[in-house]
Amino acid sequence: MALLEVNDLHTSFATDDGIVRAVEGVSFTVEKGQTLGIVGESGCGKSVTCLTIMGLNPKRNTITSGEALWKGKNLLTAKPRALREIRGAEISMIFQDPMTSLNPVHTIGKQLIEAVQLHRDVTTRAARARARELLKAVGIPRADARMDDYPHQFSGGMRQRVMIAMALINDPDLLIADEPTTALDVTTQAQILTLMKRLQEEFGSAIMMITHDLGVVAEVADDVLVMYAANVVEQADVDDLFNRPQHPYTWGLMGSLPRLEADLERLTQIPGQPPSLLRPPAGCRFHPRCPHVMEVCKTTVPPLAPSERDAAHLQACHLDQETKDREAAKLIEATMAEAR
Amino acid sequence: MWRYLVRRILWAGVLMLGVTLVTFVLFYLAPESPERAVCGGVGGNAAVPSCMRQATKKLGLDHPVYYQYGLFLKRLIIDRSLGTSFITKQPVNHVIGRAARVTASLVFGGAILWLTLGLLVGILSALRPRSLLDRAGMVFVLIGVSAHPVWIGLIFSYFFGYKLRNFPIHTPIAGYAPILNPAPGQPGGVVQWAYHLILPWCTFAILFAALYARMIRANVLETLNEDFVRTARAKGAPEGRVMRSHVLRNALLPVVTMLGMDIGLALGGAIFTETVYTLPGLGRTAILAIGSYDLTVVQGVVIFATLSIIVFNLIVDVLYAWVDPRIRLT
Repeated sequence: MALLEVNDLHTSFATDDGIVRAVEGVSFTVEKGQTLGIVGESGCGKSVTCLTIMGLNPKRNTITSGEALWKGKNLLTAKPRALREIRGAEISMIFQDPMTSLNPVHTIGKQLIEAVQLHRDVTTRAARARARELLKAVGIPRADARMDDYPHQFSGGMRQRVMIAMALINDPDLLIADEPTTALDVTTQAQILTLMKRLQEEFGSAIMMITHDLGVVAEVADDVLVMYAANVVEQADVDDLFNRPQHPYTWGLMGSLPRLEADLERLTQIPGQPPSLLRPPAGCRFHPRCPHVMEVCKTTVPPLAPSERDAAHLQACHLDQETKDREAAKLIEATMAEAR
Repeated sequence: MWRYLVRRILWAGVLMLGVTLVTFVLFYLAPESPERAVCGGVGGNAAVPSCMRQATKKLGLDHPVYYQYGLFLKRLIIDRSLGTSFITKQPVNHVIGRAARVTASLVFGGAILWLTLGLLVGILSALRPRSLLDRAGMVFVLIGVSAHPVWIGLIFSYFFGYKLRNFPIHTPIAGYAPILNPAPGQPGGVVQWAYHLILPWCTFAILFAALYARMIRANVLETLNEDFVRTARAKGAPEGRVMRSHVLRNALLPVVTMLGMDIGLALGGAIFTETVYTLPGLGRTAILAIGSYDLTVVQGVVIFATLSIIVFNLIVDVLYAWVDPRIRLT
């Protein structure tokens, strides 16, 4: 049995302007000890997918359907109490902005100890020892003394380490990381990613890594989900995705990565903006921005289906296989040329 | 920390000098002479010339103003005396002491009431935004912010005091019953004290309760959206714990500041409430003293009010550094 199996997940928010369909029909599985990367632009529904699984969306205006089976049990219909026992113990989460994710009026130690004692009936002394152990594991120097410091006494990278320590403190089976490196500077990003990879080996947790950075995905993920405007447009294992990308949106993402070619004045970009989820375009949602748009794209939604070459490689595009292979090859060629 | 306190206290001394000097000069400039006031010459009455000559000499009015101010300071610092009332001839220290007790009873009781009410309405409204409860709470806030204490006082007096006769409104001792040592034949003791103050407390607290409810609601709503609240939920904390340990602890930080400053300010005299219920507090004392040109009493009220504001601001600063670890006093 898969650790987490998400089937046809839908999440909508009732707002003053109407219903925002933030996630529509997302399905995936996460296996024990594996890393799933979810990529897409801001507002494509990647964070909402995770918050839905965790049950952290605002209850008042959220409508959810589908299922998220955690070890066979549906999290979406679980009682608040049962969900609470899973959160932080079996599934834990790291957020994007470490500067605001820790409570400013409690010491780091207190917040770590709280995380332990919410799920384990241990003495404060034992919880403190556990907290110290984790702070050491995430590489915080003088862990013992720093337990009594407040979040504002830590730098951004150090706070994200504290968040990681807090997430791993109860040995979770799954760690959801929602853009954990976005708010950090580049050198710190690399440190945090290396740390997460090392800790994954040490603790054996599965990871869901949400990011808009394909570089991060290439580095850590085993499987990748590419999302666009609340839909999954491509799903494959990481090598497949980078060697034979099948969707124009994925090509756009890869094409817009910064390169070291000196003669390029501007970065390549995908023209236009992601559509509003209040009134998404008809047909394929990417068609207004797609350089390969055809008549059929404007009317018919392409289903997420196995590609002709590989049954495990899912994609949602009307283009014929030949064009896709050609475009993918062109993209790889350009990347290789740069590497040489 | 200690350096900070010493610096603040020194500044308080400078401020005190400035405030008393301004009061002194204002009275000197006013088109009424102290010796006439002393001899009952306020309001067109004739004052006896011999009395005025005597008063001029006794009060040192024949000296220039800076010399008089020096005398005032010397008396204040060396004898710790605010002087004698021009009109009643009582020591001002006693006048202020008596009035301060009334005002303090009103302000502290009122503060407990407004804080309780503000917290209750604010938190409940924030927990269920747009609900019926929230709307009712915000209607209360609107009324509380708009209604003037004098008007509320009159309405309360009319209904509870006159129509229903539940509460005393004009007892012989002007609406106040001290806890200790009441005048012979007058009400006294804790029960009478509280009974006489219930209407003033309510009147005084409504405006503040409304302001606090509105602020607490906004703060709680804002804090509920903070990332660290989501972190707490992601850790598996139950809602009650999230609310207490993470939301309220942060949302109520500004209340500490506001409460301290409001109490400090109100201790200088809750003029409207004291006037409408004829409570012999500092505000009413000041109004009466100004009307009868009683410089020493006005000066006494000003000094007490300034002192209470300074002291409560200092308390707020120290308390804030203690409840919010991000603040350091330097």
